[in-house]
Amino acid sequence: MTQPATPSRPAGRRKFELDPRFESYKGVWVFLEHNEGVVHPVSFELLGEGRKLADQLGVELAGVVLAGDGTAARAFADEAFFHGADLCFTAIHPVLAHYRNQPHARTLTALVNAHQPEILLLGATTMGRDLAGSVATTLQTGLTADCTGLAIDPENRSLAATRPTFGGSLLCTIVTLNYRPQMATVRPRVLSLPTRDTSRRGRVVAVEPDLAEDEIVTKLLEFIPDARRDEASLAFADIIVAGGRGLKRADNFRLLWDLADALGAEVGATRPVVQAGWVTADRQIGQSGKTVRPKLYIAAGISGAVQHRVGMEGADVIIAINPDPDAPIFDFATYGIVANAMQILPAMTAAIHQHMAALKKAV
Amino acid sequence: MHILVCIKQVPDSAQIRVHPVTNTIMRQGVPAIVNPYDLVALEEALRLKDQYGARVTVLTMGPPQAEAALRKALSFGADEAILLTDRAFAGADTLATSYALASAIRKIQEDMPIDLVFAGKQTIDGDTAQVGPGLATRLEMQLLTYVSRIDGVDPDTNEITVQRRAEGGVQRLRTRLPAVLTVLEGINDMRFATMADMFRAARYPLVVWDREAAGIDDVGKIGLKGSPTVVSRVFAPTARAQKAEIITTQSEQPDDIVATLLAKMFTKHPQLRAAIRPRLA
Ligand SMILES: Cc1cc2nc3c(=O)[nH]c(=O)nc-3n(C[C@H](O)[C@H](O)[C@H](O)COP(=O)(O)OP(=O)(O)OC[C@H]3O[C@@H](n4cnc5c(N)ncnc54)[C@H](O)[C@@H]3O)c2cc1C
Repeated sequence: MTQPATPSRPAGRRKFELDPRFESYKGVWVFLEHNEGVVHPVSFELLGEGRKLADQLGVELAGVVLAGDGTAARAFADEAFFHGADLCFTAIHPVLAHYRNQPHARTLTALVNAHQPEILLLGATTMGRDLAGSVATTLQTGLTADCTGLAIDPENRSLAATRPTFGGSLLCTIVTLNYRPQMATVRPRVLSLPTRDTSRRGRVVAVEPDLAEDEIVTKLLEFIPDARRDEASLAFADIIVAGGRGLKRADNFRLLWDLADALGAEVGATRPVVQAGWVTADRQIGQSGKTVRPKLYIAAGISGAVQHRVGMEGADVIIAINPDPDAPIFDFATYGIVANAMQILPAMTAAIHQHMAALKKAV
Repeated sequence: MHILVCIKQVPDSAQIRVHPVTNTIMRQGVPAIVNPYDLVALEEALRLKDQYGARVTVLTMGPPQAEAALRKALSFGADEAILLTDRAFAGADTLATSYALASAIRKIQEDMPIDLVFAGKQTIDGDTAQVGPGLATRLEMQLLTYVSRIDGVDPDTNEITVQRRAEGGVQRLRTRLPAVLTVLEGINDMRFATMADMFRAARYPLVVWDREAAGIDDVGKIGLKGSPTVVSRVFAPTARAQKAEIITTQSEQPDDIVATLLAKMFTKHPQLRAAIRPRLA
C-alpha cells in the first residue's frame, strides 16, 4: 500500500499549488452505504451533490460499493448510475457482507490508493463517520465532518466544505489544500435528493479485495433490528409537527399527536423536551438530533435556538406558533402565529379535518 | 486491565455567544467544562473497573488550564492523569490531534500496556467524531464506535462484546483487546464524586508532558503544521431573506387565524395539499 508522504507546509501559510505527486488524483467519489440490502438515501443525496462538483471540475463521478455478494453490488451500482454516477467501483467479498471497520477501511483505502480520486464523500452516519475517520488517518489526508455545504473553490479547484461550528453559532469553510483525496461527510437530509433516472447507465469497475475472514479480528455476533422504524420515518417525513418547552406539560403533546394524525405527519421535538422525557430521544431534531427536510414543518412552543434551527431550516415551509413576537423562530419561519399553541393546535387539527372532508365531498 | 480515557476540555457551548460585528466567539466568561460525551466514556470505564478491577488513566491534550478537566476525572475515580501540553500542539486538526495522542498513548504503554482506550462519541465544540477512529488506526487497535452497551469482557480470552448503534438496528460485535471504544450519550449516568476522591484529586501530582516527553520528534506531524485541513472562512449563518409573515385576524380567534393561514398557505404552496395523508384514528 503506497502512502502519500506528508508534504511540508509552512505553518499558517496556505500553499495553493498542488504537490506534483497528487496531480494524478482525479474524479469525485461517493461511498454507497447500504444496510440490510438497501442503499442509504444519504448516498443518493451525495451523488446529486457530487454530480455538480464533478461537472464543475470536468471530471467523472464514481460510486463505490463494498458488498458481500455480486447481485446486490450490481443492483447498488445501477442505483448509483440512476442517481448520477458515471462509473461504479465494486469490491465484492463475503467478509464485506456486514459493516465492520477493519475490512471496509482496508478495502476503501486500497481502492483510493489504486484509483486516486481527488474528492471522497461519505454520509455522516455511524458507518460513514467510523469508516471515514479510519481511512483519512491511514491516507494522512484531511477530513471535514458533518458538512452542510460543498463547493469548488474556482481559484484552486479545491473542495470548500462548509460546516457549523460551536453548535451552529458560526459556520466555517474548510479546505484541504495540499493533500488528496479531500474527504468530507454530510449528514442525511442536509442535501436534496436528485431525481432518479432509470435510463442512465454507467461502467462497473470490479476490483478484487484482498481479504480473508480469519484476518479480521472483530466478529459480528448478531444484528438486532430496531423494533420501531420511527427513525427513518421522521427523517423522511413530508410533514413534521414539532413541539418545544412552550407546550408546558407532557400531556399537551397529545395536541401535537392529534394534529400529526390529521396530517399524516411525524412528531418531532426540541432537546429540552426530550431530556424531560416527554418524547423519546429518536424524535429530537437539531444539532445533536436529526436533520430533517420536510415539505411542511410546524413548530409549536419552540424558541428557534440555533441548535434546533440547523436541524430543520431545510424545510420548504415553516409555521411557527409562539406567543413571544420576538422569538428567534420568527426570523426564519415562513408563517408565524403569535399565540398560545394550546389554543391554535386544536383549531388547526379541526380545520384540517374539515379541509379533508370538503375534499372528499368534492370528489 | 489498564483502561485509558481520552478527554477534552471544551467551552460550555450552551453559553457561547458570537460577537455580532466581528463574528468571533466571545470566550470571556464562558466556563470550561469536560466534554459531556467524554464523561459518558469515563463512567463506562469506571464501571469496568468496578466489575473487573482495572487501572483507569485519563489523558488530555490542551492548554495548561486543562488540568481542571483531569482533576475532575480524578475526583470521579480515575487513578492516573496525564496532561499533554505544548505550544507546538496548537492549531491541530483531528489528524494532528490523533497523532499527538497516539504518541502519548504509546509512551504510557511503555509503563503498562493498555487494553482499552475510550473516547467520547464526539466533542461539543468540534463535533467531528474523528479522533477515536484516528487513534485506533494509528495504534493498530480494533475500533468500536457508537457503543450503546458493553455486554462484557472475558479476561481469559481477552475479548470484549459490545452493542454498536447502526442504521436501523444494533450490531452485537465481539473483538479482541486492545481496542478503542467510543460510546453513545445517555447510556449511563455519571456517578457522584466521593469526598475521598475529591481530596485525592486536589492533591494528585499531575503528570505533565510536553512534546519531547511524549516522544514526538517530528514537529511536522503535530499542531498547525501537521493539519491537512485549513479553515478558510468563518461566518455567521445568514438569516432567511424574509422574516415570517405573521398571520393576524380582526377577531383574533384561533379558528379564524388558522383558516386564514391555511387558505394562504394552500394558495402559495399548492403542493402541500398532496402531502396531507391523514391516518385513520
Ligand atoms: C451542544 C448543544 C446541542 C444542542 N442540541 C440541540 C438539538 O439537537 N436540538 C434542540 O432542539 N436543541 C438543542 N440544544 C438546545 C438549544 O440550545 C435550546 O436550548 C433548545 O432548542 C430550546 O428548546 P425549546 O425551543 O423547546 O425551549 P425554549 O428555548 O425554552 O423555548 C420555549 C418557547 O416556547 C414559547 N412558549 C411559551 N409559552 C408558549 C405557549 N403557550 N404556546 C407556544 N409557545 C410558548 C416561549 O416563548 C419560547 O420561545 C443544544 C444545546 C447545546 C448546548
